[in-house]
Parts: sequence; structure tokens; C-alpha cells
Amino acid sequence: MTEAKKHTLDPSKWVDSHSDYLFNYTITRVDSQELAKDIVQETFFSGLKAMKNFRGQAAERTWLISILKRKIIDHYRKINSARGKAEVKVNFYEEGDKKGSWIEERVPQQWGNEAEKNIENTELKGTLDGCIENLPEKYRTVFLLKNVQQYETEEICNELGITASNLWVIIHRARHQLRKCMEDNWFAK
Amino acid sequence: MSLKLFISCDEATTICTKNQYKEATLMEKIKLNIHLLSCKICGLYSKQNVKLTEICNKHLQKPDCENKLSDEEKNALKEKLKGFNM
Repeated sequence: MTEAKKHTLDPSKWVDSHSDYLFNYTITRVDSQELAKDIVQETFFSGLKAMKNFRGQAAERTWLISILKRKIIDHYRKINSARGKAEVKVNFYEEGDKKGSWIEERVPQQWGNEAEKNIENTELKGTLDGCIENLPEKYRTVFLLKNVQQYETEEICNELGITASNLWVIIHRARHQLRKCMEDNWFAK
Repeated sequence: MSLKLFISCDEATTICTKNQYKEATLMEKIKLNIHLLSCKICGLYSKQNVKLTEICNKHLQKPDCENKLSDEEKNALKEKLKGFNM
């Protein structure tokens, strides 16, 4: 019987074999090149520190990526606690008697038909980016983790220390504001 | 799990959002659909929410361009890692 192949680590080859891949992975998830470089570097450092914990069950790159993912989340968490304090909460639903019903002036409006064809439009991307930029930090973080990074719900919850229902409330609110912003700045125009 | 079938607009749209990520449960989808039978506003919202998902899928994809570190950057990184090993 053959034993399952055990993976090994070879840090002297990390930079040549994995740095481009890790850098690419990071650059699509954070805003700046500099930051991406720092995060890749930190990942290698953490990898070196954690080498003795490597049990050979995952391929080297997979193992490094798992460290990298954690670093990216750490980064999001950092900007979160630094800037997320002044959170603007926009309510879309009534409180009190009519709790949970739409607030009348926040009701979604019909979108112009012409806009329907415009999904491919690159200007639309500009508006979308602007709207995402305007989201409160916490909403944006979770929204981007879910939508762009496509982290699993459980993964985000564990890392950010929130419950799943918490996460959905955040994403729900984020998308509400996003929808409204797109309506005001794109579809209603 | 709550057994009430009639839910508020707030709950309905939350489920609708969950559904955009294919993470709504069957029971939630049933509740949502019952709600949508009688609520035009949430119906419109749902339609737009789907649209928003399409837009996000289209425009928020990771760029395919290949980003590479330069050789200098790689060498600098190697030096730093070596220093760490000592």
C-alpha cells in the first residue's frame, strides 16, 4: 500500500515559485500595490514562523494561501476598527407600529428602460465603484469579502467574530444603500 | 426556525439578498414567495436586487491582468527572508 504523498516546504524557493501568484491574489483584494507587496511579505514571514506546524497535508501553495487569506482579513479588520466608528445608518424600514414596512420615500423607484441595456457600460462600473466607496466601512468590508473575494459566510463570520445573521443584516443594508445609490446616480438619470 | 409564514418587508428583502448568494433556506424561499404575492414594492426590489447582482458579477470580477513583482522586488524580498532565517 502506498502512503498519501506528503507535501514539503522549501522556503528558499518561495519567492520564485509563489510570490507572483500570491501578489496577484492580493492585488485584486486590496487597493494598492504597495499594500499588496507588504501583505505578501508578511505572509512569507508568518509562513517561516509557522513552518513547524506544517503537517504536509496541503500543498505548499495552498498552505501559503491560507496564511495570506488571514492576512487580508486582518487588513480589513484593521481599517474597520480605525474608520468604522462613524457609521451612517440609513433606515429603509419603519419602526414602531409599522415595523418592517418600507419607509415611503425610500421605496424603490422604477428604473428607466434604457438602463436595462447598459450593463456592459464601463461608466456604470465607475458609478458602482463610487457607490461602494461611499458605503460605511463595515458594510463595504463585508460586502467586498463576500462579493469579490467570495469568502464563505462561515469564514467571514469566524474571522470577524460576527454571527451569520449579523452578516446578513450587514450585507442586506449594504445592498440597500448600494441599490439606492445606483438608482439615484445611474438608473434614474 | 420561526414558523410564521407572513413576514415583513424588511425580512422579505433580507431573504431576497441571501438568495442572491444562493444561501436562503427552502423555508425562507417559501416565505419570500408568499410575501411577494401581495407586495409589489418588494417585487420591484427583488427584480432590482437581481439586477444589482448581475452588475456586481459583471463589474466586480477580479481583473484578469497579470500582475508581477519585478526581479528587483523579488530579490529584495529574498534578502529579507534570508535575514529572518538567521
